[in-house]
Order: sequence, then structure tokens, then C-alpha cells
Amino acid sequence: MSDADADAGGWFDALFDRDLPLVLAVLAVIYVAYVLAGVAFGYELRGQLNSIANLTFYVGVFGMLALALNLHWGYTGLFNIGIVGFMGIGIYVTALVSKPPVAEGGAAQVGGFGLPLSVGILAGVLVAGLFGLLVALPALRLRADYLAIVTVAFSEIIRFTMMSRTFQSVEVPAALGLRADTVGLGGGGGLILNYTDPLEALLRAFFLWDPYLAFLDVVQQTLIPNNPKPVVDGLLYGVMLLIGVFAFYVLLTRLGRSPFGRVLKAIREDEDVANALGKDTDRFKLTAFVLGAALMGFGGILWYSSRGSITPPSFRPNITFFIWIALIIGGAGSNTGSFLGGAIFAGLLYEGPRYVKNLVEAAFELGDAPRNFGEAMAGFASLDPMPFVLYTLDSVSQLRLVIMGVVLVWLMHNRPEGLLGHRKEIASSVDLSRPSGDETTDTPAATDGGETR
Amino acid sequence: MSIADTYGRYRQTLAGDPLAIGVALVVLWMVLSLVSGLLTGGVQVSSLASLVWDGLLRGLIIGLAGIGLSMTYSILNFANFAHGDYLTSGAFAGMATSYLIAGISENSIGPLLLVGAGGSVFGGALGIGVTTAPLAVLLGALVAGGFAVVLALAIDRIAYRPIRDESGIALLITSIGVAFALRYLIQFVFGAGVRGTTAAGSVPRVNVPMFDGTVRITAHDIALVVVAVGLMLGVHLLLQRTKLGKAMRAMSDNEDLAQITGIPTEQVIRTTWIVGGGLTGVAGYMFVLWKGTLGFNDGWLLLLLVFAAVILGGIGSIYGAIGGGIVIGLTASVSVIWIPSEFGRAAAFLVMIVILLFKPEGIFSGRTTA
Repeated sequence: MSDADADAGGWFDALFDRDLPLVLAVLAVIYVAYVLAGVAFGYELRGQLNSIANLTFYVGVFGMLALALNLHWGYTGLFNIGIVGFMGIGIYVTALVSKPPVAEGGAAQVGGFGLPLSVGILAGVLVAGLFGLLVALPALRLRADYLAIVTVAFSEIIRFTMMSRTFQSVEVPAALGLRADTVGLGGGGGLILNYTDPLEALLRAFFLWDPYLAFLDVVQQTLIPNNPKPVVDGLLYGVMLLIGVFAFYVLLTRLGRSPFGRVLKAIREDEDVANALGKDTDRFKLTAFVLGAALMGFGGILWYSSRGSITPPSFRPNITFFIWIALIIGGAGSNTGSFLGGAIFAGLLYEGPRYVKNLVEAAFELGDAPRNFGEAMAGFASLDPMPFVLYTLDSVSQLRLVIMGVVLVWLMHNRPEGLLGHRKEIASSVDLSRPSGDETTDTPAATDGGETR
Repeated sequence: MSIADTYGRYRQTLAGDPLAIGVALVVLWMVLSLVSGLLTGGVQVSSLASLVWDGLLRGLIIGLAGIGLSMTYSILNFANFAHGDYLTSGAFAGMATSYLIAGISENSIGPLLLVGAGGSVFGGALGIGVTTAPLAVLLGALVAGGFAVVLALAIDRIAYRPIRDESGIALLITSIGVAFALRYLIQFVFGAGVRGTTAAGSVPRVNVPMFDGTVRITAHDIALVVVAVGLMLGVHLLLQRTKLGKAMRAMSDNEDLAQITGIPTEQVIRTTWIVGGGLTGVAGYMFVLWKGTLGFNDGWLLLLLVFAAVILGGIGSIYGAIGGGIVIGLTASVSVIWIPSEFGRAAAFLVMIVILLFKPEGIFSGRTTA
């Protein structure tokens, strides 16, 4: 058992010395699989591009949120399972700030302050960070499992607040002289996001909107004859998300290598020691938590801002656990691993089962699925497994969560450090590794006690 | 030296006192507003009593479910996030049994076993209730407990035992995976719909007069009180009269030491799962019988309240779990006097957070398993 583990570990380590090719290879495999699935479905170019845009979207958001979580858990060892609360705060504040007032906003029941989207996003990120501070100030003194329970309770309180009739809509007194008339969180019905489309706002900010429209015209004439805008929009948004992921990655990697990041890792390993070395660990933990919460708020904004509407049920704790699974697949502590985990989770576990179902349905002529488990099992009475198979396929959206649960248990048993996690990091600021050209890598010398690796 | 002193005092004031003062002010305001409400008639005595009764019953369920969570939390040293789904599993198994016994004469077995998935059979039509179908309810409760025991043991064997020596956090994350798998398997089998399970109209009830109104007490309320108090007494006796309680305390203090003292630790763990799982399953069944509806999310939604109760009472203490459960249940129900009803559960969470801040070892502090 242990030998096999060690072998596997060595193999993994050898392979993952080259992170970037690995990430690119995994992404390539996932994308090729999706394109092939699209070919099997008989998609036209439009369908293929839609499917790729959708995949890219989820790779982007899960990658981004897993990176933010890595700052909490991977770097600092803060067990935050209230991620979805911060995401919800981010997008709700953005909506509140940027939605036009009811009088100008058409069908929406609840308006906003009508400020530009950039201001709204900034406000959303800041308020998410502020709530991070609010949670962290008292909670960081707690044990990891208590922190977990406090944060998940916090995210549920946020959801109750979104749903509550008390904050559904509030009249803004005209005396304040604001543009807003009625603002609020919209209660159970949620909010319609009737502000400028985020992509359009971004392109306009860089004076690229007109060139973009011209480009769309070209696409219409050459590639996609009817209404190419939603498809190209989706692709472009996916690319923007990937750029966002890259920005997160660079920020967090630089942070991790800075003196600040080294203290965070010291806290993760042993808080008392870090404290004894004169570091004000409370302060470091606080900063890391607030920063991570703000990034989670930003991730939430990017996830939902182009959705058209938001409702409280989207902000159930399930999303938090999805991000945790993504991080654990990739490996806590490694930024590359976080993104890789996000991509694998999005491609395989989150979207994959649905594609498998569609593939099977496309490959075989199948009848209607039974309506419930009883009818599915009834087939076995006459030794006919088909009803059960059909029901299983039809319930793939629930079974997907069962699969996630099993994968999580399996990972915790067999590879708790994930694909790229828990690698030794050099604490020195100068390069201690042997100069290249040294031949010892093939036959590790035992003269130094075998501790070089 | 003096600078460090000043700094320390400054920090202490900033960190501790304002919060304590704030909490005290809030409590004072609540008492004053309640008293003035009662005096002016803004809050009816009878409606307050109804809320207290409701909170008490809710608290008994939370406490009953909390005993198991508290015991495994202290012995295995991890927060079991799948505990709520043990409760749901027990409730479904028990209700399937009740449906089967109450409806076997007129219905086919399949829909009965699936607790009427997709609206094929209705609990109301079968007359599920303590007075209308006592045998079905009794056997249902027993099966609920038994099934939860088997489930808890099986999951321990598959998921937790292989990583028994890992940290509490690793086990916690594993339990989240278990919770996911279990909850959505239940949804896969029994469907996503929330179903009515009892013949709510035919449950006997009395309206107890109370100054300016009445408090309604149903037969299911009484059944819940009897079962919950009976089981709590049973656990009390079990831990007092046998060496189990002592062994559990020893294990939660130091497992290695317990082992070399000759305590069969694996056996104690198994017994803990049996007791805890059984109580949780019965709690789930009584919960569903009492509220009259059953959905695949019930246990998960209750879980955070159960955690709140366990932490409030002090991890490892069964009396703490019961007391904490009643405090949390009362908070969730009675708080609607002061705040909008949507925030009842939020208030219970806030109480938990405040307790964690001021007295993280719980109000019934210490490891007092027996």
C-alpha cells in the first residue's frame, strides 16, 4: 500500500514538475472531448461554439473561485465554507448599485441607484470584503471546525436576508435627492439585472464597442448567418473570465511568494510558532480572509452578472461545496492546482454528466424515462433493466451530486493532497536547487541521508 | 512593559467588552420590548405560549438528533456534516414502513415503499397518525432508528474508518462528500417533491385556555414529548449504569491512553454510532410525524440548528445537546416576537455565534458525556 503510494507520488511529482504543459494538456483534453461530443450530437458551428463558451464559462468561474479559496484554505488554513455568501453579497450589491431606478428600468419591480456598472462591481467587491472583515473579526479566533460552522451559518443568514420580505423593497425618500426610487433585495422573486450588459460596458470603456459590432457583421456574413451576437458574446465573456483567472493567479502567486504569503503559510503549518516568531498572526489572518472574501465577491459578480436575473436559491451552500471539491481535486496550497481543479471539476463533474447523458441519448433511440423510481424498478420484475437505465439517465442532474460526493470521499481516502497540493516549498529567498546539468536526479545520492527530495 | 500593558488592555477592551456590552444591551431591549408588549397587549400571552410550546418541541427534536452528533463529535473529533442526512434517511425508512403497514390492504407495495413518490399515495388518505394507525407509527419509529443505525455503521466502515487517524478536518471534508452522496441518492430514489405524510385533519387536539386565547396541543406533540424524553432518559441511564459513558469520556480525552488502558476503542466507537444513529433516526421520524411533511432536504436544513445546539451545549455533553437543543428551538420560534419571521433560524445561528465568541466550550461546559 505505502510502496504503491510512494511510487504514485514520485510519478506524480516527476510529471508535475512541468505545471504549465500539464494545465494546457488537461484543458486540451477537456475541450477536445467537448468538441468531439459536439460532433457526435451533429452540432453546427453555432452549437459547437455555444458548447465551448459554456464550458469556458464554468472553467473560468470555478477556477477563479477555487483560487480565491486557496488563499483562505491552501495558504492560511482558514476553513471557510461560507463562500457562496460572499459571492451573493458581491452580485447583490452590484445589482443594487447599478440597476436603473424603477422609473427608467422597464419591467423590474425593484430598482437600484443607477450608477455605472464599474462602480457597482467595485462596490460589490468592497462590501464582500467588508463582510469578510465582519465575519473574520470575531471568528478567526475559533478552531477550524468552529470557523467552518460559523461561516456556513453566515452564508445561510445572507440567503435568508435575500429571501426576506423585510428587505424586499424600500422606498427611497425623494428628499435625499438620489436617482433611485425603490431599492431592495427583491425577496424570493430575486432581482432582474437590467443594467448595461457587462461585456458591452467593458468594451465601451475601452472604445472597442463599435469595432466589436463591425466584427460581428463580418462573422454574420462569413461564419454564422443568423444572429451571431449571443454566441460571440458568450465566447468573448469566456475569454474575459480566463483573463480574470490569470489575473487572480498572478495576484495570488505573487502574494504567496511575498513575505506576507510566507507568513500565511507559516500560520497554516503552525500558528503558535508564527506567533512566537513575532508575527501578529491575527492581523495576517484577517487580511488574508478579507482579501479572499473580496475575491470571492468578485467571482460571484462575474458568475452571475451576465445572467439576466438572480434569485436566492442560487446561493445555497451547494455552490460552496462545489468550489471545495474543485480545490481538493486540484490540491490545496497550489495555485496552478486550484485552477486545474476548477477546470477538471467544471468539465468532468459539473457539466460532464449532462454531456454523457446527451451522448447516450444521441447514440441510442431511447423511449421516455419512467417518472419515478418505482416505475424504474418495475422493469426488473420482467428482467428488463431499460426503465432503470432510462431513469438513471434522466436523473443525471441529481446523480451528478452523488458522484461528486463519492469523488470527494475517494479523494480524501486516496489523495487528500489533490493533484498538485502539498509540495515542498523552499523557504529561502535564493535558489537552493542544484544547478542544472547535475546528473544526480536519475540516481539520488544517499550520502546526505536521502533528504534532498 | 507599561506600553505592552497599555496595548494589552487596549486590545482587550476592543476585542471583548464592546461586544459583551452590545449583547447585554440587545438582551435588555428584548426584555423591555417583550414586557411592554405583554402589558399593552401588543403581544398576546397565548401567542407567546404557543411559540414557546412550538419552540420546546422543535428543541426536543434538535436535542435528540444532537446527542448523536455530540457523541461522535467528541469521540471521533470531527464535525459530521452527514448527520442531517442520517436523519432524513431514518425518516424515509420509517415513513416507508408506516405507509406499508397502514396501506398494504388497499395499495400496491411500490408506491408505499417510495413514500408516495410523485403523488401516487398520500399519507393523509392512509390515515397515518398516532391515534389512527398506532402500530404503523410505532413500527415506523423503530425501523427509522434501526435503519439509521445500520446506515451509520455502514458509512463509518466505508468512509470514516479507513481514515480514522487523519485530522478532524479531513474527516469533516469526507463527511461533506458522504452528505452529498446520501442526500442526492435519497432524491434519486424518493424524488424531489415534499410530500404530506400524516392525516393532519384527524389528529386529536385540545385547545388549552391561556388568559387571552388558547394554545393548541395535538396528539403528535404529546407523542413527540413522550418519545424524546423517554429516549433521553434511556441514554442517561445507559451512560450512568454502564461503563460506556466512562469509556467514551476517556476516549474523548485521549484515545491512545484509553486504548492502552484496555478500552476497546473500536467497539466504543461502534456503540457510539449505534446509540447516536438510532436516536437520530427516531428523531427524524418523530420530526416528520410532527410537522406532517417529508422532503429530501429536511435533515440538511435541520443540521445547522443541530450544530448550533451541540456547540451551545458543549461538545461531548449529552445534557448539553438536549439543553442546547431546547435553547436553539426556543430561539428559532420565539424570536419572531422581536424580528421578522424569516429570521427565526438566523437568530438561532446568531445565538450560536455569540456563544462561540464568549464561551466556546459551551454553556454546559466540560466533557460530561455521562
